[in-house]
Amino acid sequence: MTEVKNLEELFQAKVDAELKIEPKDWMPDGYRKNLVRQISQHAHSEVVGMLPEGNWITRAPNLRRKAILLAKIQDEAGHGLYLYSAVETLGTTREKTVEDLLSGKAKYSSIFNYPTLTWADIGAVGWLVDGAAIMNQVMLCRTSYGPYARAMVRICKEESFHQRQGYEIMSVLSKGTPAQREMAQDALNRWWWPSLMMFGPSDANSPHSAQSMKWKIKRQSNDELRQTFVDRTVQQAEVIGLKVPDPKLKWNESTQHYDSGEIDWTEFNNVVAGNGPCNKERLAARNKAHDDGAWVREAAMAYAAKKAKKQAA
Amino acid sequence: MTQQEALFSYCLRRGDDNLILSHRLGEWCGHGPQLEEDIALTNRALDLIGQARNYLQYAGTVEGKQRSEDDLAYLRAERQFVNVKLVEMPNGDYAHTIARCFLYDAWHLPLQQALMNSADEQLAAIAAKAVKEITYQLKTSGDWMIRFGDGTEESHRRAQTALDELWSYTGELFATNEVEALLVKAGIVPEMAPIKAAFDATVNAVLAEATLKRPPDGFMMSGGRQGKHSEHLGFLLAEMQYLQRAYPGATW
Repeated sequence: MTEVKNLEELFQAKVDAELKIEPKDWMPDGYRKNLVRQISQHAHSEVVGMLPEGNWITRAPNLRRKAILLAKIQDEAGHGLYLYSAVETLGTTREKTVEDLLSGKAKYSSIFNYPTLTWADIGAVGWLVDGAAIMNQVMLCRTSYGPYARAMVRICKEESFHQRQGYEIMSVLSKGTPAQREMAQDALNRWWWPSLMMFGPSDANSPHSAQSMKWKIKRQSNDELRQTFVDRTVQQAEVIGLKVPDPKLKWNESTQHYDSGEIDWTEFNNVVAGNGPCNKERLAARNKAHDDGAWVREAAMAYAAKKAKKQAA
Repeated sequence: MTQQEALFSYCLRRGDDNLILSHRLGEWCGHGPQLEEDIALTNRALDLIGQARNYLQYAGTVEGKQRSEDDLAYLRAERQFVNVKLVEMPNGDYAHTIARCFLYDAWHLPLQQALMNSADEQLAAIAAKAVKEITYQLKTSGDWMIRFGDGTEESHRRAQTALDELWSYTGELFATNEVEALLVKAGIVPEMAPIKAAFDATVNAVLAEATLKRPPDGFMMSGGRQGKHSEHLGFLLAEMQYLQRAYPGATW
């Protein structure tokens, strides 16, 4: 017992000294579990997030946009891969992690349970959803677990390109025909609040947060990150002449931040609980891809085994 | 037919083949049998759309009527598309998708290698870039054919079925008409016979290693180059062209 306590003290001292924790280092069980949960949720979000955007590949409005969208979604698949690998460094196999997604046991970001109804949604997803994700991910570049932090450095570079291309789509639409401007405003109206929900419950209602902060897995609170996002995004919306759908939004001179209206947490809890517009479709699509691909994976394994046997003989 | 008209038609054929196959591969994005394959298929779709854009841009230049790559991709109707039928077929299962890629790559690589020597500098430059991409693509599609053929009973059966169903669509890859005849004379495009020989050599070698049977060269489908397509292309274009058709003249 004393030994574990000493190990815990050493671990915390290392974290406090801003040294990275590496896979072979001793770590408290809770730290490991917390990371496995967080990183696997993050990985699943990347992979499920391919679906709402993939919804527009075949309908992208021109060849340049189609190529950019393909490249962007390909990046998300790559992020999923790094993150599943990061989970493996903590002793949980990719198969197990994916199984938890497919069975509905593991969560992914609820934002991907909203539908992409028009082309402007592809702009809004890049601008707002990737924009919100970056806030979190920039913070995670300094997270205490080495493999996660390093994966984030690379992911952030790509995400900032995603965010810019999304904003550019919205910017072009907002300068376009009246129908295009309406499409852009409508997308902002629908994606604004769900994007704010991406930062998670407010600090008062976020039970895991304090421990995560102590372990330096998280380094800024949900509300702090959300505020930074609001401050930045409201100004970006103004530049392209779109209106953020929050009547209570107002610049506050004394805090030097925007005050905003209350988030509808009932909606958030509903979507998390599985009642969002696309929860069933998203999970069904992942399960179908997995099931339909089973014979492909089996063939690859069987062939590799045959080849190894031949080489050994 | 003038040389300019022939070159325009030739660029459209190359552009349309790549564009439509890229579109089909894009349908897989997010639905692949595993993440690595999802990435690989999307990569392929990206290479092909890049090649399509090069050809369609050049087609527009050669035509000289200020048509952009997007005008050509999004504002032509079914009968004006001149891709081979092979590329417009629905994806089917993963064996179909891979077998189609393999057959296409086995033709596409020697064709583009030969085009590197085109008397037309732009075609030679487009080919030089494409060859690097297609070399890799043929390697991966060939490897998968071997894995499927020599993998499990199920993968063997699926790969053989795919080959059997797609084979009659390969004839069109090698069909030529006055467009090629005129351009071959000018040293702009290669003769088809050596391309066919290279295709046969690749296909025979890979299928032998994969323990798959090469289907007999019976009846071959045609019509794509004349804009007489399968019923599938109309739906593909309806989806692909939707925004450009619904909002004429808008910029995206």
